[in-house]
Amino acid sequence: MKLNGTIYHLEQPVILLDLLNEYGFQTQRIAVEMNGAIIPKATYHQVTVTDDDTLEVVSFVGGG
Amino acid sequence: MNIIVNGKPYTSNASTLFELKEELQIPSDVTILNGFQISENFDLKEGDLVTLIQKGKMPSQDELESMMCARHTPNVHNKVKEAKVAIAGLGGLGSNIAVLLARTGVGTLLLVDFDVVEPSNLNRQSYYISHLGLPKTEALKQQIQQINPFIQVKTEQIRVTEENAYSLFKEYPIVCEAFDNPVSKAVLVNTLLEQSPQTKLVCGSGMAGYGSSNTIQTVRKMKHLYVCGDGSTAAEVGNGLMAPRVTVCAAHQANMVLRLILGIEEV
Repeated sequence: MKLNGTIYHLEQPVILLDLLNEYGFQTQRIAVEMNGAIIPKATYHQVTVTDDDTLEVVSFVGGG
Repeated sequence: MNIIVNGKPYTSNASTLFELKEELQIPSDVTILNGFQISENFDLKEGDLVTLIQKGKMPSQDELESMMCARHTPNVHNKVKEAKVAIAGLGGLGSNIAVLLARTGVGTLLLVDFDVVEPSNLNRQSYYISHLGLPKTEALKQQIQQINPFIQVKTEQIRVTEENAYSLFKEYPIVCEAFDNPVSKAVLVNTLLEQSPQTKLVCGSGMAGYGSSNTIQTVRKMKHLYVCGDGSTAAEVGNGLMAPRVTVCAAHQANMVLRLILGIEEV
């Protein structure tokens, strides 16, 4: 599985929301693209990530 | 030879710039040929754009626009004038992006912010003492009219939400995200990427403090999502937002918008 350009090995498929929490992302401040498609925030708890997937997680910090 | 002088088609017998100025008898202090100010003589060719400006003299309305855009690169100005760009949030990023895009000559700007100008905005945002208490949308519209009266400025004094984002921005192919709050940034980005997949988004993230300017970058994170900033320096207690770095980030966003207008998708 590739996350923001780095390769990680997933022993088994995981739920996207669990993976995001495990890697310390604040889910209210991010946008997630999986294999080139945006993942709606409302479906993070339903989407399964496998070892073949490519994830891009964009995090926003405050200030403007 | 057919050329354009101060925005109007003109047929000349002159073969050089100096001969043209002799022929026209227009007093001028500034001479601009095809987007570049020159003082030496130059051979003229068919289709050249010549602008002759007399300092201290107020031009007529129709001459003013051609003089204002004389320093834009030819063929760039027409595309920029046709462009429509929305700016969501009119703080340190958004107010400066709006001014930069107005100077660039972007034809239609939509300015969106719910708030009014207050004293703590003035350390980095493009407002004046005379704007205190005015809606930011109105204060910025007034400035843009002073910078370039030919720009169409639309305003919405409203808080952007998941519910209204699509209808607010659907007419705009390019949207600048310029909010302060990181959750608001994510809400706008997610809503538009989901509901309006053709919209190109240019966002800001990480520009607080006075760290090196060189850590601020423009990165294409997704097909239609560009993020400018250092990606990590949040505004927080003990690390405020300051004019230079916020303006560097705003300029990154404005330049990416200009590139997208001109059909360039690389950062």
